[in-house]
Amino acid sequence: MRHAAGRYRRRAPGQPRAVGYLYVLPALALYGVFLLFPLGQTVWLSLLHWDGLTVATWAGTDNYQALLTDPSLRGPFLHALALLFFYAALPVALGLLLASALSRFRVRGMTFFRTVFFLPQVLAMVVVGVTWRSILGPDGLLNDSLRAVGLGSLARSWLGDYTWALPAVGTIGTWVETGLCVVLFLAGIQRIPRELYEAARMDGAGPLREFFAVTLPALRAETAVALTLTIVAGLRNFDLIYITTGGGPGNATSVPAYEVYHRAFETNEVGSAAAMGVGLTVLIFVLTVSVARLVEGRNR
Amino acid sequence: MRAERPTGAGPVRRVPPRPQPPRQHPFRHSPFSGAGRIRRRRTAALVLAVGGALLAAACVPGTDGSGAVGAGVPGSAATSKPDPAKAGKATLTVWDQEVRGGQNDELERLNAEFEKKYPHIRIKRTARSFSDLKTTLKLAISGNKPPDVIQANQGYSDMVAFVKAGLLTPLDNYAGIYAWNTRYPSTLLNLNRVSVDGRDFGTGRLYGISQTGEYIGVYYNKDVLEKADVKPPKTWGELTDALPRIKDKGELPVQFGNLDKYPAIHTFGVLQNQAGGAQETRESVFGRGKGFDNGPTKEAARTLADWKKNGYVPKGANGTGYDDAAKKFAGGEGAFLITGTWQLPDLKKTMGDSLGFMPPPPAKKDAAPVTTGGQGLAWSVTSKSRHPEVAAAYLDFITSRHAADVMTEEGVLPALPGKAARDIPEGSVDAQMVEGWERLNADDGLVPYLDYTTPDFYDSLSADLQGVIDGSVSPDELSSKMQRSYTDFQDKKRAEGKAKQ
Repeated sequence: MRHAAGRYRRRAPGQPRAVGYLYVLPALALYGVFLLFPLGQTVWLSLLHWDGLTVATWAGTDNYQALLTDPSLRGPFLHALALLFFYAALPVALGLLLASALSRFRVRGMTFFRTVFFLPQVLAMVVVGVTWRSILGPDGLLNDSLRAVGLGSLARSWLGDYTWALPAVGTIGTWVETGLCVVLFLAGIQRIPRELYEAARMDGAGPLREFFAVTLPALRAETAVALTLTIVAGLRNFDLIYITTGGGPGNATSVPAYEVYHRAFETNEVGSAAAMGVGLTVLIFVLTVSVARLVEGRNR
Repeated sequence: MRAERPTGAGPVRRVPPRPQPPRQHPFRHSPFSGAGRIRRRRTAALVLAVGGALLAAACVPGTDGSGAVGAGVPGSAATSKPDPAKAGKATLTVWDQEVRGGQNDELERLNAEFEKKYPHIRIKRTARSFSDLKTTLKLAISGNKPPDVIQANQGYSDMVAFVKAGLLTPLDNYAGIYAWNTRYPSTLLNLNRVSVDGRDFGTGRLYGISQTGEYIGVYYNKDVLEKADVKPPKTWGELTDALPRIKDKGELPVQFGNLDKYPAIHTFGVLQNQAGGAQETRESVFGRGKGFDNGPTKEAARTLADWKKNGYVPKGANGTGYDDAAKKFAGGEGAFLITGTWQLPDLKKTMGDSLGFMPPPPAKKDAAPVTTGGQGLAWSVTSKSRHPEVAAAYLDFITSRHAADVMTEEGVLPALPGKAARDIPEGSVDAQMVEGWERLNADDGLVPYLDYTTPDFYDSLSADLQGVIDGSVSPDELSSKMQRSYTDFQDKKRAEGKAKQ
């Protein structure tokens, strides 16, 4: 007993030890089997020309070159980046605005509002898609409301319009992700010491100044988390596109995640689909790491 | 002054007046917040792990080569009618997509009858919707224990790909034994043929047999036509003349929803045939024609765009779902609806006697009608099936004369209408559908679906047609894009052919 205690005393408490890996092993095994292995397989497939059935032929970097040069493969990535404005930038901005407004005033039934804001996150994307598809339809709620207030000339078939389909799908994303951001930021704001606000007010800071001097810097970590989550959600957006537009009209709303499915299962281009999947993985990785570095401000 | 003020995140040195929650950030342990050295080690571990997984994946043949051309094609040496009763105890696994009302009922009935006829044979059925079947079938039949009987979609992306991989059994011998060759018109059988080298479609060996027929026709709402004082058209000219008159009466001439992209292919196909492109289209779909850089193709695109411009189809056509449009039509919105026979049971249920149906009316009265159409998915036997003879007997059973009557009773259009079809009351919408089908077959009026043409034709055409409707793709552009897709694919096939020799 004393022996063991003696041995451990040499080490600072909490210092990493090799035995730790033993605890991680079960999780790591699962992670390896269900994540790392398929990832490796995807990379391997992306180096092949394969229709999913007959013998594959070696493609080398063909699929990746096509990713950069073929407009029908490049397009989806551009759409995804455009969607990030609606999926990440807008929700974070709106979330900050709403959270700081909500925290300034004592709102009765705060829990209720928090729940309402968060609700879209809990709903299955399929339900969200079907609902919004009917709202945005030619005779949907949105157009009906526009006509009711005399703006009938603005009414259009939002999901069938080349110019408006992408923003329309983006708006659904904003609706879904804003709630997450609000709840995250509300939690963050509650942890900001009140005296910081008091001090700011004593120095004569108005609500705007207060926001930029106290709230925004204090929410840096939450902003990073919110951005990471929303960027990932925006880039791997599949279900919403599948349900609402199927990539149309034309290819105006096709995104990488949808294109992966489409190529792998519908047009028998498994290699190309895999390359697209890898490209998407890399893009997500690069963006989330940049967020961690630039916004969260670690590792500087 | 201001610079000295703590700006938020920095630690506050004063003793807090009341207990504060710990300032530790909840996500401190997120993967992107470690210190530099640990991160580097972690990255190394990650690279190792990914590398290892990659190696492991490389060893596994991600590409199962067992299905190469010629590898597993048994010659199906049967010479006389197989008797499933002698096959001993067997289970027949069947994967189909007949999940809709009448089709499901019809098949359930036939399966039960088959099991009753051969008591020691059990049918294990897996029914999935069309798109669910399409996404899972490839994996299922390339495995080691594939289903015995499957429903394969005609065209390059499914049936031809399966044949190329040697996953389906040729049925030519059975077609002789069971007299499918004489029972079915050759236009229908040809749709289920694939060439021996697995490159061409519409010719070569027989790989499946279809149970049902289908074609694109014109549904009309008798009440709406009456309100607009228009008689059901007898010629295509009468139909197009009626459109502005219906519109003037404040009714919608043609109901149309194209959010799902594919409906426009059907409408466009009908317009193309009416513009005189039927023969050329048929040749080109099978890779024997000159393609689509022709007058009828452009004229059809122009007509479609004009219909949109003139308000003959709804303004928001590209934003309305296919099913929604059908529902609106059933609800009295629209005089005509141009779509397939598969909609008939559902429309009839809500519209009753006010529903009428016909093949697209010909240019001259009583001339032979022409339209896009063909048959239901092919029922095929997999090459690894352990009971190919039982499977063939099953195929014969569900396409027999008796089966046709069962289909008719359940409101489904059989590929070969039987006795029950002749007993349908004259003038009813079902009778109109069957009459149209028999007329189309007798006069060789069926043009295969345009999307069979090349593997990516569905994609490009459906996307471009949305553009035509929107006005952003001109008829000339559409026709030249279709032509390019066609010639690219034909060139590719020829190049592959040369490489093989």
